[in-house]
Amino acid sequence: MSLLSHPARVALIAGSVGLALVAGGCGSSEPTSTAGGDGGTSAECAPYAEYGKHEGKKVSIYSPIRDVEADLFQQTWAPFEKCTGMKINYEGTGEFEAQIQVRADGGNPPDIAFFPQPGLLERFAKAGKLKPASAKVKELADKNWSADWTKYSTIDDVFYGAPLGASVKSFVWYSPSMFKERGWAIPKTWDELMTLSETIAAGGVKPWCAGIESGDATGWPATDWIEDVLLREIGPEGYDEWVGHKLAFNDPKVVAAVDKVGAILKNDKFVNGGYGPVKSIASTAFQEGGVPITAGKCALHRQASFYANFWPEGTKVAEDGDVFAFYLPGNDPAKKPVLGAGEFVAAFADRPEVQAVQAYLATADYANARMKLGTYVSANKGVDIANAQNPIDKLSIEMLQDPNTVFRFDGSDLMPAAVGAGTFWKGMTDWINGKDTKTVLDFIENSWPKS
Amino acid sequence: MNLDFDFAAEQPKLVQLLLGIVAFCAVVALLLLLLDRAPMRQRARLHAAILLAPALILLAIGLVVPAVRTTMLSFMSGDGAAWVGLDNYIWMFTQPEAVTVLRNTLIWLALVPILVTSVGLLYAVVVDRTRFESIAKSLVFLPMAISFVGAGIIWKFVYAYRPEESDQIGLLNQIVVALGGTPQQWLLEPPLNTLFLIVVMVWIQAGFATVVLSAAIKGIPAEIIEAAKLDGASPVQMFFRVTLPSIRSAVVVVLVTQSIGTLKLFDIVRTMTGGQFDTSVIANEMYNQAFRYGETGKGAALAVFLFVLVTPIVVYQIRQRREAVR
Repeated sequence: MSLLSHPARVALIAGSVGLALVAGGCGSSEPTSTAGGDGGTSAECAPYAEYGKHEGKKVSIYSPIRDVEADLFQQTWAPFEKCTGMKINYEGTGEFEAQIQVRADGGNPPDIAFFPQPGLLERFAKAGKLKPASAKVKELADKNWSADWTKYSTIDDVFYGAPLGASVKSFVWYSPSMFKERGWAIPKTWDELMTLSETIAAGGVKPWCAGIESGDATGWPATDWIEDVLLREIGPEGYDEWVGHKLAFNDPKVVAAVDKVGAILKNDKFVNGGYGPVKSIASTAFQEGGVPITAGKCALHRQASFYANFWPEGTKVAEDGDVFAFYLPGNDPAKKPVLGAGEFVAAFADRPEVQAVQAYLATADYANARMKLGTYVSANKGVDIANAQNPIDKLSIEMLQDPNTVFRFDGSDLMPAAVGAGTFWKGMTDWINGKDTKTVLDFIENSWPKS
Repeated sequence: MNLDFDFAAEQPKLVQLLLGIVAFCAVVALLLLLLDRAPMRQRARLHAAILLAPALILLAIGLVVPAVRTTMLSFMSGDGAAWVGLDNYIWMFTQPEAVTVLRNTLIWLALVPILVTSVGLLYAVVVDRTRFESIAKSLVFLPMAISFVGAGIIWKFVYAYRPEESDQIGLLNQIVVALGGTPQQWLLEPPLNTLFLIVVMVWIQAGFATVVLSAAIKGIPAEIIEAAKLDGASPVQMFFRVTLPSIRSAVVVVLVTQSIGTLKLFDIVRTMTGGQFDTSVIANEMYNQAFRYGETGKGAALAVFLFVLVTPIVVYQIRQRREAVR
């Protein structure tokens, strides 16, 4: 036990090792220069003067958007950072829904979070964790977005943040060249869509292809299908009631809408072009769901505007190209409700620099600058359609900016997570895998959180 | 992507790190000084107390407090705002989808330890004292080096499905097609899909069982084997009357560790099916409820139940060990 017989010496060694580590650590943490500083030329910075100077201040943003898109965000706000002198620390994550909760509970929330689910935003707002948006942000949001959008971040009459990006989900992808060759016309009503499906099936091609596999989010593309058809069947008001659980999940009206989707997705004659029988939908990755269109093995694929990014390299996305999309028709061609999704910029802090970032992201200037860099859709009314990078973005923005458009947010993002990110996805996967409509809807209805 | 490590931006974290290191050194120094100053007569007991204190404190913070809090949460509503009594437990044992989860865990628990042990034992006996023993053992041990997630991805490809008319990319379906069958969606059909997942676990763990049991077999005294042979024992008799009783404690160790590992199993299910198609197990459902659905109460109830299931196995293992020491 020589160690214990010389404790003073050991203590000394331990202490000096600690000191050495301190010295080493300090040596390597020499401060390096960061963004900001002198603020650039005045002409460049004129548009950002209204946000004030926030020299040396830091704002952290936490978001589910990663990789290329995240880089484009940072490029977009680089001039803003430079001119206001602040630094924006952007962090994208693949586990946003779980991690934001952990960070907020752990007392380490980001300053700003991009919420892709209004339901999640509502949970944080009700828990008193979010700070209401400033008057300026509210003014900008009211000016730039329709009430259809701003209502999703207004909880108990308090406005928490403006929308950011958007995607349109009510699209059916098709091949314009294939349609032209076979003499098919774009359907304007649901009945025409079904007739077209019959025609295509009679020609020996399975008309529809789909894929709902998406890791632990498996099932979401099927829930989009249901929501899109439900929105057309029971109208926007009925849809709101359903989302708010004032209309039961297993109501006969919902059963009818699900069966209407089932007439396509659970019909072995109609699906799954290029992949096999109905059940192959459950195991096909959503990214690959529509790809058989390019090989002529399938003709129609219902998926959001962002599917433009998943076509094989070299596929031309345009009205006269290899693939394009048309609006998923309803029973009445005069009514065109649009199902979509997007993010909301809500803040956990109300420091002036945080509010300045929120205000900047709510402007049309930001949206336009972002669009110039690459594919991007925003429902911001101030967006210049000429900045759209591709035809599908253009079509999406036209639909979103049309004053007659009735917009509704993806319902599974609005429901409590136990349903919207849980039993609804799981239930629809089971439904595709063979369970009948009533059993599945009863299961989802029973899982709705009490209280 | 910007991967440069910005020291200035990370400074607060670095300072925290340094503070931690300094604090650690200070605590160690303090402990040693205390040990030195302790009165001579009571040294043994004081030494034990001083040296155990940090471990006990850390254990309390890291294990006891969370366990108590989890137990409390399991009697509360999803957001932890109100007491709901036994509701979460009632949900667990009555809702069909939750019952499916419990049933699956039982299937796993019933099959995995037995399969792993028997495959490992059989393999160990067969390759014992053959020329290629070391190579054979390395081969079966290799999967142990692969993480559960990695193995899950590999086997997802083995089970991959492509329609009949196109080329198969999954090994299993390719074999089926070569034998004249039609490709199947292996992971979509309950309850068979659970068995296909169990195969993955057995594939990973069999190597561990082989190595442990093979070492035990080599430890059997040569005299006993010789005596049995002289008495004219057949190979089968040798195995059941001599080998198996001699390595009983090693078999128990394998069974127990496999049982605990199986109860906690999460990665394979999450990677391969995400708990869809009636394949979810307790640990996977616990994660879903607590972290994805925001239903902390239900998640905590599942965690408590998992703990209750593991406890008897751990107690049994400790008893066994005590007996072995005696």
